[in-house]
Amino acid sequence: MNNFTPLSAAIGGVLIGLSAVLLMKFNGQIAGISGIYSSALFGRRGDKLWRVFFILGLIIGPVIYESVTGIQSEFEITSSWILIVSGGLLVGFGTRMGSGCTSGHGVCGMARLSVRSIFSVVVFIAAGMVTVAVVRAVSGVS
Amino acid sequence: MRNISALIAGLVFGIGLTVAQMTNPAKVIGFLDLFGSWDASLAFVMGGALIVTAIGYRLVTKNNAPVFADRFDIPTSQTVDVRLAAGSVLFGIGWALAGLCPGPAIAAISIGGLPIAVFLVAMFAGSGLYQLLQSKQSASLTQP
Repeated sequence: MNNFTPLSAAIGGVLIGLSAVLLMKFNGQIAGISGIYSSALFGRRGDKLWRVFFILGLIIGPVIYESVTGIQSEFEITSSWILIVSGGLLVGFGTRMGSGCTSGHGVCGMARLSVRSIFSVVVFIAAGMVTVAVVRAVSGVS
Repeated sequence: MRNISALIAGLVFGIGLTVAQMTNPAKVIGFLDLFGSWDASLAFVMGGALIVTAIGYRLVTKNNAPVFADRFDIPTSQTVDVRLAAGSVLFGIGWALAGLCPGPAIAAISIGGLPIAVFLVAMFAGSGLYQLLQSKQSASLTQP
């Protein structure tokens, strides 16, 4: 196992959970990012502004973290342009069709023991693992 | 006020993703690479988030209403259907192709350069396309 970082992962996870609890406590809303951005883009009018603010926070948070701690985040993407574009299209389409993503189903839904969310998470992780294995086999990188 | 609380929740979420290094696609691919050099970190992110959310939701929803809204807006559907299954499969494939899901993709705008910009445009287009198909379908259903 390479690059395993359980401690920072768990601390980051706790912060994500805290964010989900804050949004429920104050706004009564699920912290599902795919739902938040698509409602901000395509949803009904009067219901958009808090979502825009959440997205703003999501973008600024990492910038604040970096400027306060001085820790530069790594960003390494090895996928070709065609995979990046098809990945984006599938993520955008699939999360709307399946009504959620890693945050909405994976965190908020599973925390409520929602049958739909548990099912969705098992399916998308399995689909992701098979896809990585296939991409590796096709591209010849092991 | 609810915009401020949403902003703060967004900030905390973005910082959490950054601390957990989930804004790095290579890290996410490492988790999905079960048959290669597997990196279990993502499971710890989800575990940490789940414990806090499960306890927090239970405490918070004991109140009658959220602080800045009339009611808790929580999904009630229990139906596992083809739409959920197919959507989850498509999302899983897309997630693995680039190593990005919606939260990290948006949070990585400041560090991800052109690849993130391209991914986000495609992701928004994918969601828009689904929305369009949906509204067309419901329009044809209401026609005589």
